[in-house]
Amino acid sequence: MPGWMMLWPENPALSVLFLLVTLILFLYGARAPAHRGIAGAAKALNQGCKLTAQGIRSVQERLAARNREVLLSEGLEDAERQIDQEFQRISSAVDRDLGGYPALHRRLSDQVARIDEDYRRVTDTPPAPDSWTQTLHAAGELVEKAGTQPAAAKAVQALQTAIEQAHDDAMDKYRQSSRDRHDLLAKMVPAWRSMSSTLTRVEKSVGGIFERSRRIDELMSEYREIAAKSDVAERKLTSSTLSQFVIASFVLVVASLGGFINFQLIALPMSEMVGATSRLGSMQTSDVAALVIILIEITMGLFLMESLRITRLFPVIGRLDARSRRRMAFATLSILLILAGIESSLAYMRDMLAADRMALTQQLAGATVQRPEFMWIPAVGQMVMGFILPFALTFVAIPLESFIHSSRIVLGQVIVGALRVVAFGVDMFGFAADHAGKALKNLYDVVVFLPLKIEDLVIQSRAARVPTVSTDRSTSTA
Amino acid sequence: MNRLTFRRGCVALAAALLTAGCSGVPPGSGVFLLIDTSGTYAAELDRAESVINYLLGTMDPGDSFGVARIDGGSFSEKDILIRVTFDERPSVANDEKRLFLEKVGAFTDTVRSASHTDITGGVLQAVEWLNEVGPGHKTVLIFSDMEEDLPEGFVRDFPMDLQGVRVIALNVTKLGPDNVDPRVYATRLDEWRERVESGGGQFAVINDLERLDIALDL
Repeated sequence: MPGWMMLWPENPALSVLFLLVTLILFLYGARAPAHRGIAGAAKALNQGCKLTAQGIRSVQERLAARNREVLLSEGLEDAERQIDQEFQRISSAVDRDLGGYPALHRRLSDQVARIDEDYRRVTDTPPAPDSWTQTLHAAGELVEKAGTQPAAAKAVQALQTAIEQAHDDAMDKYRQSSRDRHDLLAKMVPAWRSMSSTLTRVEKSVGGIFERSRRIDELMSEYREIAAKSDVAERKLTSSTLSQFVIASFVLVVASLGGFINFQLIALPMSEMVGATSRLGSMQTSDVAALVIILIEITMGLFLMESLRITRLFPVIGRLDARSRRRMAFATLSILLILAGIESSLAYMRDMLAADRMALTQQLAGATVQRPEFMWIPAVGQMVMGFILPFALTFVAIPLESFIHSSRIVLGQVIVGALRVVAFGVDMFGFAADHAGKALKNLYDVVVFLPLKIEDLVIQSRAARVPTVSTDRSTSTA
Repeated sequence: MNRLTFRRGCVALAAALLTAGCSGVPPGSGVFLLIDTSGTYAAELDRAESVINYLLGTMDPGDSFGVARIDGGSFSEKDILIRVTFDERPSVANDEKRLFLEKVGAFTDTVRSASHTDITGGVLQAVEWLNEVGPGHKTVLIFSDMEEDLPEGFVRDFPMDLQGVRVIALNVTKLGPDNVDPRVYATRLDEWRERVESGGGQFAVINDLERLDIALDL
């Protein structure tokens, strides 16, 4: 305790006691305004926090509504795109399979007519019923009866022989015609098979169209749900967008690694072309040049995918007519081919430089310079990689598009979540400030509990003496 | 895009490139190796050759490397064996290193012991060349016992301007008197340190050549 506070320096205890009593009395006297001050400050803080949280929640709700709008609009656009694609597929299937339907119908009719005709021709003509048998039987009886009369017997015998001959001839003809019919039936088999395969093809085409129409039905119901802005549709779209975001991010990371390998392949040989000493800021110019080549490849890949209508990042390209897009695709593919060739040769040069450096190191170390066997294998591998990687990087456009579209939604949702947490935090702070104010008031009363108790006793004794006097003076600690 | 915006874009791009291209320290390193050929130290030439080989292996295209011998009057172009700034293309730089190696090999095969040791003259010659080439980092390596023995009439007791130059004494062997009184060795090195640092340079001693990579930080 500072010396100036000691009223009786020779008796510190008395000085402290005096100061304590004075302080308690002062606090007792200032109790009401102090309570009001504490309560006011706590309330102001609480109200301020509430207002702030309200404002943050309002922003969060607006952002959530905007996110919802964006999500639904993108979902609607995507559904439209898918329906459009399905209709295009149906159209091409109809053009391809059913466009030739009149010819197919004619072919089927011809096949049916031919089969019908053949069928009529194969109708079986049964042999004469029992007449031949009866005639032969009668001829036999006549031969038996005329057994004793040689002339008659001879005549009957001749007759029988003639009849049997005629019968045999008739049977031969019947057999011949049966053979012909079987031949005709055998010839009908390919026609049946052809018809069967034609009909299977028709069934497949029609089945495919039915399948597509069922898919269109599903898409249409999805489209209707999205257009109706239903919660189910929103949940589905959110889940789908998150999946897309994760997958696209993963693929982009893989593609970045591919780009890094590509960079490593061409950075060193680039120094042969642009020099190893010049710098652009903190980077070597050769590194910048290699990076630029890779970025150009990715850009060409984007344009190629865009002109093939696989991605839709640039509406300007999407609006071009088919001929211009074909030209653009051809141009970008040509540039990619040239760049792939350049990269391949740079990769080969890298191998040569590495071998040269290794030889120099061996020479400097005093060892005999040796060219390891099978060094052509990594050289060829590097050349192939140098040629393939630019085309592989072309496909970055697809995950990039998904990433751009989905990140818009995901970022919005992350901000909404963060705002929600901040609003909750601010609310909690206001609540804590309010309760801290109450606790502070109680603490204040604990310090001045003695005068308060005395006050209570005084009031109670007065009340006992004057029962009519109201003793509702509160000693609230609240 | 209108013409004004395009012009502004071009100006901004050019300014960015210029700013990026004109960084404070020039790129590359410059190393000048002085080889003492006097007296018994000439026997250490094999180790000097190893140091040269190591340096050649670590130097990049665009770096500068020179080698000179220290003899009776080292402040002279005739003592410079070879000096080169390697080409910026790695393949050409490798060929230059091979040529460098050949010249150094020819020197070590034919060198004769010198009667005097003019280290200061060699340092002045090295610094002059390094300042002329202007690399980002300038290093003078002195492969010597650091015992200067000037011919009659040579004046070398003046301050040297070694601003921004690292002077590294390599393989400083102990002489006979050093063994008798090691303080002689320490005093010799301290005098050199004082001379170099008073001229604005940095001085270091590396006797363990395995530590050369750390000390040079090339």
